Amino acid sequence: MQLSPQMFEPLQHDGTAAEELGRPALGYWQDVWHRLKQNKLAMAGLITIFLLAVMATIGPYLSGYSYDAQDLTRVNQAPNAAHWFGTDSLGRDLFTRVWYGARISLGIGIMTSVICLVVGVIYGGISGYLGGRVDEVMMRIVEILYSIPFLLYVILLMVYMGPGLGSIFTALGLVYWLNLARIVRGQVLVLKEQEYVLAARLLGASTMRILLRHLIPNTMGPIIVTMTLLIPEAIFTEAFLSFLGLGVSAPAASWGVLASDGLQGLRSYPWQLLFPAVFISITMLAFNFVGDGLRDALDPRMRK
Amino acid sequence: MIRYLLRRLFTMTVALWLIITITFAIAHSIPGGPFASEKKLPEAVKKNLEERYHLNDPLWKQYTDYLKNILHGDLGPSFKYEHQTVNSIIKSNFPVSATLGSLSICFSLVVGMLAGVISALRQNRWQDYLAMVLATLSFSVPSFILSGLLMYVFAYQLGWLPPAMWGTWQQAILPTLALSALPTAFIARLMRSSMLEVLQQDYLKTAKAKGLSEYAVIIRHAIRNAILPVVTYIGPLIATVLTGSFVVESIFAVPGLGRWFVQSVSNRDYTVILGVTVFYSAFLMLMNFLVDIAYSWIDPRIKLTDSKEV
Repeated sequence: MQLSPQMFEPLQHDGTAAEELGRPALGYWQDVWHRLKQNKLAMAGLITIFLLAVMATIGPYLSGYSYDAQDLTRVNQAPNAAHWFGTDSLGRDLFTRVWYGARISLGIGIMTSVICLVVGVIYGGISGYLGGRVDEVMMRIVEILYSIPFLLYVILLMVYMGPGLGSIFTALGLVYWLNLARIVRGQVLVLKEQEYVLAARLLGASTMRILLRHLIPNTMGPIIVTMTLLIPEAIFTEAFLSFLGLGVSAPAASWGVLASDGLQGLRSYPWQLLFPAVFISITMLAFNFVGDGLRDALDPRMRK
Repeated sequence: MIRYLLRRLFTMTVALWLIITITFAIAHSIPGGPFASEKKLPEAVKKNLEERYHLNDPLWKQYTDYLKNILHGDLGPSFKYEHQTVNSIIKSNFPVSATLGSLSICFSLVVGMLAGVISALRQNRWQDYLAMVLATLSFSVPSFILSGLLMYVFAYQLGWLPPAMWGTWQQAILPTLALSALPTAFIARLMRSSMLEVLQQDYLKTAKAKGLSEYAVIIRHAIRNAILPVVTYIGPLIATVLTGSFVVESIFAVPGLGRWFVQSVSNRDYTVILGVTVFYSAFLMLMNFLVDIAYSWIDPRIKLTDSKEV
């Protein structure tokens, strides 16, 4: 058989087709989300947090009782058809109070986290970006504050400011921002040497713009992880403060207040402790799972 | 090394001064002063009290006196209990706290490391899962709730252990358990991950290849290196146990300093709150300092230097 050039057909080399065979192009956050979805614990945590948030919103209205309505004819009742979680020593419906407490506890967690975000990002960002002497002084201050046992410091602040939501936000916010400031500073210190920052500066961008538009968004990963893990810690600390009698004031109640009230009647009415305890624990677990999952998902070394 | 130590000492001194100043400032800006209460005191009594506690001196003099007294180790009187000073309170109550604290620290180190090593050696088997589920659970329960649950189950329902007070060894079990649950869980997780890392190192293969028994490899070579992260955790561990003791001592009626501190918070006994805060802060800083030194001594690869962390 004679071979002729007509018998051959050159294969068209198509660059775009080759590209398509690879995995679909994913943005950074899509990629993170993709990996987070594969983490069952983290997803369970996310769903739990969502459910808790929904219940915190509608829960207090479901039973028909108000969180501060006392009924002295029905004190310390065990869970029953009328009061699903029973009643406390003043005859208040525990179901309503648990979900009302969820609002306050979750609110404290989230607010603290946000306050720390703002303070920590500004402080750490400035320290890392300016560098040099300023950085030295700012970090030395953080180091000194770090060596103060923070729970004692929170207690002192609370004693000074008196119980209440505002004082809790302030005290927790004043204490927990340190970690975030350190993380942001570390990240900014690395990122500011990158070419795109130089390019931005060359184009005449101001320091503030470079920080807020270019550097901070790139440090979002570790910041989000720290914030997620800060929420359960703040709820924990608030519960501790409530135990010391430094929590939110009556008739308002966080989970911590409910639990430490429940502790009083533990011997005869254990459910008064059990219900808030269970929800605190579920919340801790959920946020910790999500935080750990996020950390794994954001770590580029895990990228397959 | 010397430079590092000096710098640490300097930081500690500044921090301590800061704490003292903050506590002082807070004590003197609390509305109403220490003798404000529901019952109105007669003007003359109030004046006498203020005279006695030097509250009508100018502020700067009170401040320098306070500093001077602290330098001499005197934390001042209690405003609520006339015959007690902060020093005498610390002296009579701290030993109990120290005993309970040491018990908890030993317990959490021993049990935590044991659990960590076992779950690393039995990775992904039931021993591992059991240990890690337990650890995760104790992470998610605040200590006062755990104390309550322990008391309910073991003292009220089962009746095995006394629910409160201090003195016999039975009375020490529940508080120790409650206080060490969280650090034990933390140490177990720490030990497990560092053990897993060490187990993959080449020098362990060498040790096995030269014919050492499994037991010798793990005890002599693996654990010795895996233990290092746990040593760094000892500083925070002491802090956790210390603050945990506030809650646990109050619930189990252990007559320690933590319980006293909680009572002073609810009594608003300011000098005691401030004095104990200063005492605890100094104590914790000193402990952290010692742990740091111990760490560099245990692991000669660690050089304590001035290097800038990134």
